[in-house]
Amino acid sequence: MAKEDCNILIVGVGGQGNILAGKVISQAFVAAGYDVKQSEVHGMAQRGGAVSAHVRAGEKIYSPLVPETSAHYILSFEYMEILRYLNYAGPQTTALINDLRVDPPSVASGGMKYPDDTLDRVKQKTKNILVVDANKVAREIGTERVFNSVLVGVLAAYLPIKKNIWVKVYKELVKESLLDINLKALDAGLALAGR
Amino acid sequence: MKKVLLTGNEAVARGAWEAGVGFAAAYPGTPSTEITETIAQYDEVKAEWAPNEKVALESAIGASLGGVRALACMKHVGLNVAADPFCTLSYVGVNGGLVLLCADDPSMHSSQNEQDNRYYARLAKVPMLEPSDSQEALDLIKLAYEISEAFDTPVMVRVTTRVSHSRTLVSMGRRKAVKQKEFVRNPQKYVMVPAFARMRHRFVVERMGRLAQYSETTPMNTIIKGSRNLGVISAGVAFQYAREVFPDASFLKLGMTHPLPEKLIKKFARGVDKVFVVEELEPFMEDQIKALGVAVTGKAALPVMDELNPDVVREGFGKKRKRHPVEDTSKLPQRPPNLCAGCPHRGFYTAAKPLKPIVFGDIGCYTLGVLPPLSMHDACVCMGASIGVSHGYSRVGADKKQKSIGVLGDSTFLHSGLTGVLNMAYNKGVNTVAVLDNRTTAMTGGQQHPATGFTIKGEPTKAVDIAAVVKALGIERVFVVDPFKIKETRAVLKRELEIEEPSVIISSAPCPLMTRQKKKTPFVVHEDLCTECGSCLRINCPALTRRGGKAFVNNFLCNGCGVCAQVCGFGAIVREGEQPAARPKKAVAKK
Repeated sequence: MAKEDCNILIVGVGGQGNILAGKVISQAFVAAGYDVKQSEVHGMAQRGGAVSAHVRAGEKIYSPLVPETSAHYILSFEYMEILRYLNYAGPQTTALINDLRVDPPSVASGGMKYPDDTLDRVKQKTKNILVVDANKVAREIGTERVFNSVLVGVLAAYLPIKKNIWVKVYKELVKESLLDINLKALDAGLALAGR
Repeated sequence: MKKVLLTGNEAVARGAWEAGVGFAAAYPGTPSTEITETIAQYDEVKAEWAPNEKVALESAIGASLGGVRALACMKHVGLNVAADPFCTLSYVGVNGGLVLLCADDPSMHSSQNEQDNRYYARLAKVPMLEPSDSQEALDLIKLAYEISEAFDTPVMVRVTTRVSHSRTLVSMGRRKAVKQKEFVRNPQKYVMVPAFARMRHRFVVERMGRLAQYSETTPMNTIIKGSRNLGVISAGVAFQYAREVFPDASFLKLGMTHPLPEKLIKKFARGVDKVFVVEELEPFMEDQIKALGVAVTGKAALPVMDELNPDVVREGFGKKRKRHPVEDTSKLPQRPPNLCAGCPHRGFYTAAKPLKPIVFGDIGCYTLGVLPPLSMHDACVCMGASIGVSHGYSRVGADKKQKSIGVLGDSTFLHSGLTGVLNMAYNKGVNTVAVLDNRTTAMTGGQQHPATGFTIKGEPTKAVDIAAVVKALGIERVFVVDPFKIKETRAVLKRELEIEEPSVIISSAPCPLMTRQKKKTPFVVHEDLCTECGSCLRINCPALTRRGGKAFVNNFLCNGCGVCAQVCGFGAIVREGEQPAARPKKAVAKK
C-alpha cells in the first residue's frame, strides 16, 4: 500500500531541542519504511531565535520544505511560536501546543505584549488543537530537560508508527545514561495525548 | 544496503571519504561547517581547521601536489578569501584530485551577503557540480575526484543551505583504495610565472572544451521525459521544488552546471513547447542558455534573491497558490537571535555602552550586539574588517568628535585580523581594537582554532598567545580585561579611547556554552529592593524579564554571570543563597 504523505513542522525557540526532536521523528519514519526529507535552519537561529524543522514523509518526497497550507501536524515547543507558522496550517492540521511561555526580548523589555489570542487564531485555521504542559510532566518524571521527548510522545500518538519503532530510534539516538528517562518521557507524552 | 538519513553536509563528508580523500581543511562557516567536523571523525583523513579559507585551500593544494586526494570546504564568502589561490590553481591543476566545496547561503540565514558563487566557476574556468539532495552530494563528490584527476583540474562542488542542512536518504558505499602519487617536478605546470602561466592558460581553455564535451554525455546531466507542453531546466535543490510543482513536465536535470551541455540543452528545448529555467539567486544558467538562442522563462517569473521553495516557484510561474488568507506574522513580537545568558560579550558591551563609542564590528556572535537595547554596532562588513575600518576612520580624524573602537572575536582575529593590527602599528594608527576572546569559534557551533590548544581531532597542540602576537606586530599598549568585571573593563576602555596611540584590549572570558563551562549559581531579584527602573533589562539578557512590573530572573536560563547585579543601582539582584548588601552599592551603569 502506498504510504500517505505526512508533513510536520516542529517549531520553537533556539536551544529547546526541537532540532533533535525532528531527527527522532524523521528516523522513526525511515524505520517504518517511508521516504523522508527533513530540513532545518542552523547558524544564528541557535541563539534564542525562532527555530523550525520541517519533516516530510511519504512514498516519494521531492521538496524538503513543507508547502504552505499543507502541514498535517504543527508541534509547537513554545506557546505563541505556532503563530509564526499559521500559513502552513489548514483544516487538516492538528496543532499540538506546549503550554510554555518564553518571552521574546521585545516582550521582556516591556515594549511589546505577549499575544493573548493564540488559541483563537489557531482555531480560525483548524479545529484539531491539543494544548499540553510538557514541562510540568517532565519535571514530575525527574528533569525538565526531557520535555522535548514528552512532546515527541504527544505527536507519536497521532502518527502511523508503532511504539517499538520509537523505542528502537531512541536507543539509536540517545546516550545510554539518558535513555530510560527519555523513554519515560515518551510514554508520558503518549499518555498525555490520550489516544 | 540499508539507506540512512544524512544531511547534505554529512553526505559530502562520507562521499569524500569513500573517494579515498586523505586530507581535508576548512575554516568554519555556516552552512559548510559540519562537513569538516564529520570528515575529521575518519581516521584515514588528516583533517584540519585552518586559520582561514585561503590557508585551507593552499594546504589542500599542497596535499594534492603531495599526491593525495584533498578537500577544502568553505562558505560562499570564504571563497572570496580563497579566491586568490583558487583562480590560479585552475592553471596549476592537480596531482591528487582536489575538490573545493563551496556552500552558498540564499536567504542569508547566517551570512552578511547573498552572492551567487556559481560565477566563481566561470571566473576561474573550473568545472562545477551541484547536488540536489544528500544522495547526489555523496555521488557527485566521488565523481568530482574522477573528473579532477582525468582533466587535471580542481573541481568546484557547490551546495546551498537547504542541501547542506536537509536530511535525505542515502545508500553508502565503501572507501576506494587510492595510492599516493609521486610529486614529479614540473615547473612549467606548477610555477606560475608569466611565461609558464601563458602556456597553462591555453591548457585551461582547451580543458574547458573537453569538459564541455563531457558535460554533454555525463549521466549527471539527464533528460527526464514527461509532457511535451512544458520543459524545465533546473539544478540543485531548485530541481526538487520544480519537480513538486510541475509533476508532469519534462525535465533537463543538471548535475554539472559548468560548463553547460549546450547541445543537450538545444535538443531538450526542441522537444518541448516552452522552457522554464528554475534556479535560485542569479540567472546563471538562464543568461547562458539565452545566449545560445534558446527562448526560456526564468527570472522574469522568479526572484533573484532569497531561497526558492515550492510556493514561490508555483506562484512565480502563474500557478495559483492553494492558500487561505495570508496570515500576517510580521506584527508578532520578533524573536531575533540574541547573546546567550552568561555570554561574556554582554559584559563587554555593558561596560562600553555608557562611553558611547562608534563600534566597528565584525563577523561572529558579538555582531548580535547591534540589536536594541544594546545597539552596540555601527558598521560590519566582513571577517577582520573591524580593524582596518576603525584605523581608516580614526586616521582621517573622524573620531575626534566621537571615539570609535574596532571589535572582533578571537577566531576572527586569527582568521584575518593580524594584518589589520600590523597596519595600524605601521601606519601610526591611533585607534583602539578590542578582541573579545571567548576561546572558541562560537557562532558556528564552537570549533577549535589556533589559540584554543586543541586540533579539530581534539589532540592537544600549541596555543597561540594573542596578546604576545599583538605585541610582536608592534602594538605597545596591550591590556587583558575580564568582561564580567564591568567597572574595571570600563576604566581601561575609557583610558584607551582617550589616548592617541594604537591599543588592543583583550576581553578574556570563555564562552559558557561552547566551551562547556560549569553553570554558576543563578541570581535572584529581591522584589522589596527592586524599583522597577528597568536598567537590568537594558542588558538584553534572555534570562531577565518583568513579572508584575518587577524584574524577574528565570533561574533555568540564568548562567550566574552577574552582569545584571552590577548594573542594578539598588542592590536588588544577588546570587541565590546570598543576602543583599546592607547599603546598596553604587550602580556601575549610568541611567
